[in-house]
Amino acid sequence: MRVTFVLPGPLHALAGGRAEVVVDSAAATVGQALAALWDAHPALRGRVMTEDGRVRPHVNVFVGHRSVRFTGGLDTAVSDGAEVAILPAVSGG
Amino acid sequence: MVDIRNISPRAGDVVLMVGTSKGAFLFRSSATRTTWERGGPHFPGHAVYAMAYDGRAGRHCLWAAPESTHWGSVMRSSDDFGRTWSEGEEGNVRFPADTGKSLQRIWQIAGRDDDPSTMYCGVEPAALFESRDAGATWSLNRGLFDHPHRPRWEPGGGGLCLHTVLPHPADPRKMHVAISTGGVYRTDDGGRSWRTAHQGVRAQFLPDPHPEFGQCVHKVVRHRDRPDVMFLQNHWGLYRTDDAGESWKDVATGVPSDFGFAMAIHPHDPETVFIVPLEADTFRCVPEGRLRVYRTEDGARSWQPLTRGLPQKDAFETVLRDALCTDTLPGAGVYFGTRSGKLFASPDGGGRWRALAEGLPPVLCVRAVVVGGSGPAAGRGTARPRARKP
Repeated sequence: MRVTFVLPGPLHALAGGRAEVVVDSAAATVGQALAALWDAHPALRGRVMTEDGRVRPHVNVFVGHRSVRFTGGLDTAVSDGAEVAILPAVSGG
Repeated sequence: MVDIRNISPRAGDVVLMVGTSKGAFLFRSSATRTTWERGGPHFPGHAVYAMAYDGRAGRHCLWAAPESTHWGSVMRSSDDFGRTWSEGEEGNVRFPADTGKSLQRIWQIAGRDDDPSTMYCGVEPAALFESRDAGATWSLNRGLFDHPHRPRWEPGGGGLCLHTVLPHPADPRKMHVAISTGGVYRTDDGGRSWRTAHQGVRAQFLPDPHPEFGQCVHKVVRHRDRPDVMFLQNHWGLYRTDDAGESWKDVATGVPSDFGFAMAIHPHDPETVFIVPLEADTFRCVPEGRLRVYRTEDGARSWQPLTRGLPQKDAFETVLRDALCTDTLPGAGVYFGTRSGKLFASPDGGGRWRALAEGLPPVLCVRAVVVGGSGPAAGRGTARPRARKP
């Protein structure tokens, strides 16, 4: 199962300077795929997730073009070849 | 594209670390403090509530806690005055999974004078983290986190924050912290156990104005030469203790308001303290539109306004709890920043003031350091997280 993660600019440095990371794992859900991403690049986890295992409130995770907030959260299914984008939400001041 | 300027301090220079809601700025001057150059903004777009300088054991290390709305808060350090910063991945401050808590904000960074490897940071939700390797790794202080009061601490207007960390200057077993709203807590056994140290400090926003805990303490300061004497700016109330917090006396005599946030102590005179009174919790601006720093030189028996060079008309300014500080030069420089983005400096203990900057983002913290030793040098001292280009 290959999943391609697309990372925003502020996180590139924590993934070896890359904008995309391909993870090959047995993941069936986006949560499992993210766990495989953390295994490959542990520093990413603390920026995307809170310590209690939730996606940070101002971060969005999309599988394809759909936000996982509306498709089952971290239990959203991913299929082979899926593209998962991690994006900052429109927020701030 | 943000133009980030760098500074190159030499030994003996004064550096101001100014954390704002949109980044960190550095200001450098020689010891005369007549001409200042600006560096930064570092971490543009990030709120920086806490900064510190670690000059122990030959280090020249800046610490900052940039906070992203999106990506959270991390501790980052620089051995070259901001040209490069550690990413903070190894040094990130994280609650253990079993606590069910997640870090909201880093409010305070402090080191122990008697142990150059030990550092602390106070965070929101209120907790204390410790590092025994000069900031390379951090762990939660379980003694305070497991205190039976903790589940009943309530957030103040700024959140439930541990904002003040006062290690005893000579006894590694002793330390005080302040929490809003929780009060002042002290340990005498190196952090294993904690007890309240705010007897006499009132909480006039509660039915019982002298509860066991729940005081909204805004800032506490003390002088390293006399650690049992402390001064406290409360959410209504100015206090002094002579017994390390066992009892506090109200010392708000001669101030236009005893509400405020900021407090700083003179580096060489333990009887001299600076505050910036605000009108009220319902109107957190300086009284009468006059920007006045108040100074006591007699241990808070009396307070005098310092106004020379500060606007005395239509100045609806607010100075937050960590936005007032002193340097350690003989003629004690005093510095503060405002929520309207002004930065003021006095080279003579508050006698005269001038604006160093206007138009900064809202100022959250100001710290001053006199660069020591032989000037900046990377890689000295105990290992820390590696530096990377920002």
